[in-house]
Amino acid sequence: MVAAHARGALEAAGNPVGGAPGAWQSRPMDDGDAPCPVGTPLPDDRPGVAAGPRADDDAPLPAPVRKDIWVVGAAVGVFGVSFGVLGTTAGLSVAQACVMSILVFTGASQFAVIGVLGSGGSLGSALGSALLLAARNAAYGVAMAPTLARRSLGRRLLAAQLVIDESTAMATAQPGRRAREEAFWTTGLAVFVCWNVGTVVGAVAGDAVGDPEALGLDAAFPAGFVALAVPHLRTRRGRVAAACGAAIALALIPLAPAGVPIVAAALGVVPAVLFGGEPPAAESGR
Amino acid sequence: MSWWALLVLAAAAYGLKALGLVVLGPRAVEGPALRLAALLPAALLPALVVVNTFAGDRRLVLDARAVGLAVAILATWRRGPFLVVVGLAAASTALVRAVG
Repeated sequence: MVAAHARGALEAAGNPVGGAPGAWQSRPMDDGDAPCPVGTPLPDDRPGVAAGPRADDDAPLPAPVRKDIWVVGAAVGVFGVSFGVLGTTAGLSVAQACVMSILVFTGASQFAVIGVLGSGGSLGSALGSALLLAARNAAYGVAMAPTLARRSLGRRLLAAQLVIDESTAMATAQPGRRAREEAFWTTGLAVFVCWNVGTVVGAVAGDAVGDPEALGLDAAFPAGFVALAVPHLRTRRGRVAAACGAAIALALIPLAPAGVPIVAAALGVVPAVLFGGEPPAAESGR
Repeated sequence: MSWWALLVLAAAAYGLKALGLVVLGPRAVEGPALRLAALLPAALLPALVVVNTFAGDRRLVLDARAVGLAVAILATWRRGPFLVVVGLAAASTALVRAVG
């Protein structure tokens, strides 16, 4: 594990030899070891089990990753501006747009609400698609639960509001438990601050910002997710899950209401676990 | 949109986030379920990409966003930093829209 840790640190420092596309893309959470059969406990939260705690479980979040988290936050701030503009255009008051960003705080759902309302849809269908989209946060909560399990109830209730795509993606991309937790809090807070500042700016400045679509901001949103997904594609299981998730979503877009394709894509993890095991030879090359 | 509806949405959204984290938290997730949970971002992030790029009103559409996605994948593959990936995707989409 020491060797793996050193490699992780090199990657985090942006060493091109390590093959890391960027400092913010660290190693994925698991599958870093020899192939494990389904059901093998992950190193996460298993102090003293078998070989003892992993060396990199205590390693802090590398400084370059920390810096890049704020870059992600800055990009989310731009999406926040676009939400503020589009939200007030769709009929929200400035106060409503800002309160929604603080309390709902899950971008895709918020865009779904204003998208449905702005196109003349009913309140019911706006809330329905928003909640279907928000359902993936429940899955993210499950993914983050082991990392935050030792924290007090109050701390976990606070953390719950920060359980979103970016914080979960950054956290689960880190190799060790401590780095995972630090990545979760740092990303969650950075995104929370930037998203809300952006919303205020967009809602107040409104038309002065221009048309977010003319600026291509709607394409920036999926582009950010492409970048966030990369660390999760380093393992064969991750790649199978990604391919299945994308295929499920694509197939369901014409068939199901908004939100359903994304929730259903969570089923992509099942074939990944069943059929995505690493062949023994594949590990040594990584 | 009424404030009432907004608060219902906020409460439900928070409840969904807290469900996995707080309700399951102390017991954590065991064995095979943990392995499934760890893979969730890998399955959900590409689904978000696909839906945000190709979804129209209950149909698949191919528009300027697809150009942005292609540029984003290329920039990521060429190991561009996060802001470059996002910026190039937005710029190329804006360009296609301006020309088209």
